Amino acid sequence: MPLVEVSRLVKHFVRGRGLLRPGRIVKAVDDVSFAVEEGETFGLVGESGSGKTTTGRCLLRLVEPTSGSVRFRGEDVLAFPRRRLREARRDMQIVFQDPYSSLNPRMRARQIVEEPLVIHGLGNRGGRRDRVAELFSLVGLDPSHLERYPHQFSGGQRQRIGLARALALNPSFVILDEPVSALDVSVQAQVVNLLMDLQERLRLTYLFIAHDLRLVEHICGRVAVMYLGRIVETGPTSAIFASPRHAYTRALLSAIPVPDPDAPRRRIVLDPAEMKPEATLREVAPGHFAAI
Amino acid sequence: MVTDPLLRVEDLTTVFDLPSGAVPAVDDISFEVRAGETLGLVGESGCGKSVTALSIMRLVQAPGRIAGGRLRFKGRDLMALSEREMQGVRGAEIGLVFQEPMTALNPVFTVGDQIAETLVVHGRAGRREAMRQAVDLLAAVKIPNPDSRITDYPHQLSGGMRQRVLIAMALACRPSLVIADEPTTALDVTIQAQVLDLLREMKDTLGLALLLITHDFGVVAETADRVAVMYAGRIVEEGPVRAIFREPQHPYTRGLLASMPGGAPGRRLRAIEGSVPALGALPRGCAFHPRCPDRFDECTTAPPPEFAVGDGHTARCYLHDVRLKPDTAKGRAAGGDAAR
Repeated sequence: MPLVEVSRLVKHFVRGRGLLRPGRIVKAVDDVSFAVEEGETFGLVGESGSGKTTTGRCLLRLVEPTSGSVRFRGEDVLAFPRRRLREARRDMQIVFQDPYSSLNPRMRARQIVEEPLVIHGLGNRGGRRDRVAELFSLVGLDPSHLERYPHQFSGGQRQRIGLARALALNPSFVILDEPVSALDVSVQAQVVNLLMDLQERLRLTYLFIAHDLRLVEHICGRVAVMYLGRIVETGPTSAIFASPRHAYTRALLSAIPVPDPDAPRRRIVLDPAEMKPEATLREVAPGHFAAI
Repeated sequence: MVTDPLLRVEDLTTVFDLPSGAVPAVDDISFEVRAGETLGLVGESGCGKSVTALSIMRLVQAPGRIAGGRLRFKGRDLMALSEREMQGVRGAEIGLVFQEPMTALNPVFTVGDQIAETLVVHGRAGRREAMRQAVDLLAAVKIPNPDSRITDYPHQLSGGMRQRVLIAMALACRPSLVIADEPTTALDVTIQAQVLDLLREMKDTLGLALLLITHDFGVVAETADRVAVMYAGRIVEEGPVRAIFREPQHPYTRGLLASMPGGAPGRRLRAIEGSVPALGALPRGCAFHPRCPDRFDECTTAPPPEFAVGDGHTARCYLHDVRLKPDTAKGRAAGGDAAR
C-alpha cells in the first residue's frame, strides 16, 4: 500500500464572481492521480500555474479539494472530521518556499519550533525545551541561537528553522514546496544535503514540489510533470529525463539551461497542435505513463 | 587585433551611507565590455552585481553613491557628464532591461505608448512615426499580432510577453550596449529559454554588446562570451566562458560550479560551507576566506590582488601568488582541480 494515494483530485476556483455574474471556473487541479510510496522522494514539477502547489495543499486540506480522494495509510483524509484531521496532520507536514515570509517575525526561533508541540499539547515545558534543542541540532542550527528572532538568521538558516518546525511532531510524510528556490545558490546545496540526510535518518517520505528540473533529477526517484492542472507524464525520473514522451515534457526539458558552454542546444518549442487535452495517461514503458 | 572596449569600468566603488558608516556594495571593480560581445556578470544576491549596473547608468540613489572610479563608454567619461547629458545616454545609447517585467512597465499606459515614448524623448521620431516603429519593434521581439498588441496595457500581457516589451523598449533607440539585470529570473523555464534565444538573436542581428547580470550559471553558459564572477562586492574571477567552466581558478567559482546538482542521482551535493557575509561585516582579507576550503595564512591579511591565471583569465586568490608560496600555491590550485 502506498503511503499517500491521490486519485482523481480536482480543485476548481471561481474567479470574478459578482452579485449578478456567475464567475468563471478555473480548473487549478484537474483530475490528478498519483501515489507516493513509503520512503521515496516523489517530484511534482511544472511551471507557474500548473497546479503543483495547489495539489500539495489539497493533500493536507490547507485548500479543500472540489472532489477526488486522498488516502494516507489507506484512510481517506478528505472524509476526516476536524479532530481526526488535526491528528493526521501530525504525520503530514509542509515546508514552504519562502523562509522570509513563512516564519512569524515576532516569535523567537525557539517559539516557532515549539509551537506545533504546544498546539498538539505534547510534553511539559522541560520536555518541550529539550525537544526543541534536539530539533535545532538535528537541522544543523546552533542551539545557542534559540532565543534569536527570524531576521537574525540567514535565508538558509531560516529554512532550517522551518524544517525543524515541520519535524517537531515526528511526521512520516513531508511536503517540500520549492524548499530551496528562494535561497542563495551557494546555500542551496547545504539544504538539499540536509534534506537527503534527514530522509535517511528519520525514514521520511517526501513530496518534492519544484520547478528546478536539475534538482528534481538529482533527488527524486519518481516524478510527475504537471501542465495546466493535469499530469501529462509520470514515471521513474531517469526514464522521463532520458526519453520524455509527452510534447510538453520534451519542451520543458530542452529549455533547462545547461551549465556547460559546449553542451549542444536543441530547443524544442511546444507546438500547440501536439497537445491533446483529451488524452489520458497510458503506460508507454514499465511504470512510465504519458498522456499521448 | 586590439579594439577599444565599448565600456570600460575602472576601480568603481559604490558605497551606501548607513548610520553605521559607509558600506561598500561595489568595491574597486574593473572590467570591460567589448563591442558585440556578451559579458556575464554572475554572483549571488547581495554581491553587488545590480548595484554595478545602476552605477554604470548613474542611477544609484541615496543613501547609495558612487565613491570613486571611472566609467568610459565609447571613449567618453560618463562620470563627467551632466545629468542632462546622461539622460541622453540612458535608454538611447545604453539600453536597460530589468528583472521585474511587472513593475518596470507603467500600468496606465499602453505598451505602444511606452515604446514610442522612448523614441520621442530621445528625439528619434515624432509621435506618429514612433508609434509606427513601435509596431515594428514588437514584431522584432516576436510578439504575435503587433498591430493590435500595441494598444494593450501591461496587465493584458503574460510575463514573457512583458519581458519582450521591455526588450523592445531597450532596443528602440538602437543602443550599442544593453544591460540586462536578471532578465529571465521571474520567468518560467520554457519562457526563459525563449527570451534568452531572443536576446541572443537581437545581439547578433543588431551587433550590440550585452552585459548580462545573473545568478544562474546555466544562463551564463548559454549566453556569455566572457564571465566575471562577483562575491561580496568584488570581482573574484574573470575570463572566457570556456575557461571559467572548464578550469575555474577561484575557490568560490569552483565551489559554485561543484555545488550544482548533477552527477549520480541521490548523491550528496558538494556544498560551500557557511553563508554570504553581510556587506557591513566583511571578513578581513579575502572576503571568501571563512568559507574557503583552500584558505591559508595569507588569506586573512589583505584583499588579494588580481593574478593572471590564463589567457585573458584572472583570479583574485593568493593560491596563484607564485612569489608568496611558489610550491604550495601551484600545488593547491592544481590539487583543487584534480579533486573535481
